[in-house]
Amino acid sequence: MATQHSRSAARLMMAPAVILLLGWMLVPLTMTLYFSFKKYLPMRGGDLGWVGFENYIRFVTSSSFWPSVVTTLTIVGGVLLITVVLGIFLAILLNQPMWGQGIVRILVIAPFFVMPTVSALVWKNMFMDPNYGLLSYLWEFFGAQPVEWLSKASMTSIITIVSWQWLPFATLILLTAIQSLDSEQLEAAEMDGASAPKRFAYITLPHLGRAITVVILIQTIFLLSIFAEIFVTTGGAFGTKTLSYLIFQRVLESQNVGLGSAGGVYAIILANIVAIFLMRIVGKNLDA
Amino acid sequence: MARAVTTNRKIINTAVAWGIGLLVFFPILWTILTSFKTEAQAIADPPIFLGFDWTLENYAVVMERSDYGKYLWNSIVIAGGSTILGIIIAVPAAWSMAFVPSKKTKDILLWMLSTKMLPAVGVLYPIYLLFIKMGILDSKIGLVIVLMLINLPIIVWMLYTYFKEIPGEILEAARMDGASLKEEVIYILTPMAIPGIASTLLLNVILAWNEAFWTLNLTAAKAAPLTAFIASYSSPEGLFYAKLSAASTMAIAPILILGWFSQKQLVSGLTFGAVK
Repeated sequence: MATQHSRSAARLMMAPAVILLLGWMLVPLTMTLYFSFKKYLPMRGGDLGWVGFENYIRFVTSSSFWPSVVTTLTIVGGVLLITVVLGIFLAILLNQPMWGQGIVRILVIAPFFVMPTVSALVWKNMFMDPNYGLLSYLWEFFGAQPVEWLSKASMTSIITIVSWQWLPFATLILLTAIQSLDSEQLEAAEMDGASAPKRFAYITLPHLGRAITVVILIQTIFLLSIFAEIFVTTGGAFGTKTLSYLIFQRVLESQNVGLGSAGGVYAIILANIVAIFLMRIVGKNLDA
Repeated sequence: MARAVTTNRKIINTAVAWGIGLLVFFPILWTILTSFKTEAQAIADPPIFLGFDWTLENYAVVMERSDYGKYLWNSIVIAGGSTILGIIIAVPAAWSMAFVPSKKTKDILLWMLSTKMLPAVGVLYPIYLLFIKMGILDSKIGLVIVLMLINLPIIVWMLYTYFKEIPGEILEAARMDGASLKEEVIYILTPMAIPGIASTLLLNVILAWNEAFWTLNLTAAKAAPLTAFIASYSSPEGLFYAKLSAASTMAIAPILILGWFSQKQLVSGLTFGAVK
């Protein structure tokens, strides 16, 4: 029953948030576009004039570009796969009758509250260090040769660390969804002779569809821009340079703002492709 | 009709769940335990689980080496300030989207969420330049603004989902009784929305507390929060596991405790109302 009056009031109330976000999006974006067409080296002469698309061409033809795209997608994909699969398993497990369910849930949720710099440092030193890390002791205990995790199995290590951080999130959301599943439906299916895998595939999994979508959407948003986990552990070495990290190095380490900005534009395009793809799924799945 | 669960099955469930729960929690537990060891015990072979001489020495060393209080204060101001400012801006927006929706509401919401996907690194240098020009590089106010902006979409979205569950009839009744828009928001909506606002606040304090791109890149000595405090331990120097553990424990303890106490409220907020 919105009147004309309340409509304009509503627009007014929305204005600050919309204007701020528009500004936050457009101002830096315009500047990034501007720099991307310039030869701009802050420490070596500053603004050295327009260069057209040279930065764009140099960025994609550099040998580290495609590997960085692959690295980015591998990390996002790997973490999503691990957290969703383990998350479903944990959610089903935590939904079973047991003693101390509340405490187990608190234990499982804890990694979500740990700041990325801390979890990266703790994993790097206390678990993955080839000399003193706990995993080395474990490997030696079973008579295996300790692994130099962050140099020899760098992607596995990073995906492990990031998955550990995001597993609680996936588990919590999937657990919330699974709790709303009608148990009578499952019982009826069981009486009709449906096996456990069938009950899972035809009843539980479809019920979780929406929750899985939410997990994928929100995690992708955060995973595309992971930074601290790489900054602190490998510093982008050993094949762990994501697109974000490559741009970070161009801008801050080699102080080539023009080149880095062109890279930034590519990253924005990549993010938009992922965004459009996700928004279409989510738009269908969520009634906003 | 609830099926009778055999005790055996319950025992197995309990054992497996506790096993996995402890495994997931183990890195945190290990960090906390190590923080009370001496450096030599921290790297003992085989590792010592509980039978070590408990000491508080590492905490004393960490406190002495860097001004923990300053970093903690910066974290509190930045996380708290950005969240509160964000909520002040988001409440009216979410209110209007929930109660006076138009055809564009859904598009605006999705657009807002999509701004979160813009890679921060793509705009790092422009922001850095703007901050220098405005003289707010390495200042708390600068980070409050940036973190407010990056979390604003989430705040709007969360508040929107909570507001939408408030029945519109109540507002109409108030309007019939002659309440103005302002009164409606202050006296009717806000009290009903307090639980939703509280969980939004909590989640965003956690997100801002743990944010580690802008806080690392836009601060130096003055405004650095706990994320930077801990990053200073990233280059190893002799035996440092116990001290690293003490510093880590100090950095995560406040938010871990806050998070555990509020996990119920967090769950509903985290799903953007999309999962019931």
